[in-house]
Amino acid sequence: MTSGSAGGPAPVRIVVAYGFWIFLLSDIIMFSALFATYAVLSGQTAGGPSGRELFQLRHVGVETLCLLFSSYTCGLAILAIERRRMREFYVSCALTFVLGASFLGLEISEFVGMIARGAGPSRSAFLSSFFSLVGLHGIHVSAGLLWLTFMVAQTATKGARDFVRRRLLCFSLFWHALDIIWVALLTLVYLMGAR
Amino acid sequence: MEQHDQAPDAGETEPLGSFASYTVGLIFALLLTGASFLVSQTHLLWAPGVPAGLAVLAIAQMGVHLVFFLHISTGPDNTNNVLALVFGLLIVTLVVSGSLWIMAHLNANMMPPSALMEMRR
Repeated sequence: MTSGSAGGPAPVRIVVAYGFWIFLLSDIIMFSALFATYAVLSGQTAGGPSGRELFQLRHVGVETLCLLFSSYTCGLAILAIERRRMREFYVSCALTFVLGASFLGLEISEFVGMIARGAGPSRSAFLSSFFSLVGLHGIHVSAGLLWLTFMVAQTATKGARDFVRRRLLCFSLFWHALDIIWVALLTLVYLMGAR
Repeated sequence: MEQHDQAPDAGETEPLGSFASYTVGLIFALLLTGASFLVSQTHLLWAPGVPAGLAVLAIAQMGVHLVFFLHISTGPDNTNNVLALVFGLLIVTLVVSGSLWIMAHLNANMMPPSALMEMRR
C-alpha cells in the first residue's frame, strides 16, 4: 500500500491516530482555559509570595530535562516495538517510566515545599491558578505513567500484536503532547514568572 | 475482531520517523530550552523584549515537538491531522487572547471600591 489517499479506506493505524489526535487537541483546549486563567490571575498575589520568590529555576530545569528525555525514550520504544526488538523496547519503556516518575517526584517536592512555606493553593488567586494549572499537568503525567505500566504488561502477555502497537502509538502521542504542554507551562509560568 | 484490523494494515510501511529524526528533534529541543533559560536569566536581550523572545522560542520548540516527535507533516496521510491542529490552534487563540482582553477591560472599567460604597448608601 503506497498511501491512504489513493482511494479506499485509510489504514486502521492512521484512523486510530487521527481519533486520538482529536482527543489530544480537546485536552489542549481544556489546558488553554487554565492557561488563560493563570495569565489573568498571575499578578493577584493578595500580599502573599509571588512567583519570583517561589520558583527555583534550577529545580524546574531538571524537571524539564527529565520530561524531554522521557519523551525521547518513549519515541525510541515505539521504534523498537515496530521492529520487534523486544529487549530495546522494555529498556526504553523502563527509562521513560523512571524519567517520568522523577519529573513527578520533583514536582511533588516543589508543591510540598511551597505548601510548607504557607504558599498553598488557598493563599492567593495567583497560587490557586498556579496549582490548578501545574497540578493538572502533573495529574496527566501520573495517568500517563499508569497507562505505560498497563501497556508494558499488555505487551508482555499478548505480544507485539497490531492492536497492542496501536495502543502504544496512542500512548506515545499522549506523552509527547504532555511535553508540548510543559513547554508552554515552563515559559509562561516559570521563566516569565521568575523574572 | 482482529480480522478486519488485519486487512487494511497488511503490508503497511512505517510512517513513524526514525532514530535520526527523534535524535535531531531532541537536539533542537535541548538547544531551544537552553536558549529560553539563557534569555530569561541573562541580559542578552533588551529587557522589555524578553517575554516576546521567550514566546518565540516556546512556539519554535512546540513546532519541533510536533514535527519530530508527533510526526505532524505535510504528507498525504496527514492532511486531516493538520486541519484538526489548525482548528485547535484557532480555539486556543480565541480562548486565551479573548480571556485576557475581556479581563483587562473589566479590570480597567471596574469601579473603585470607595465609589461602590458611596452607591450603596
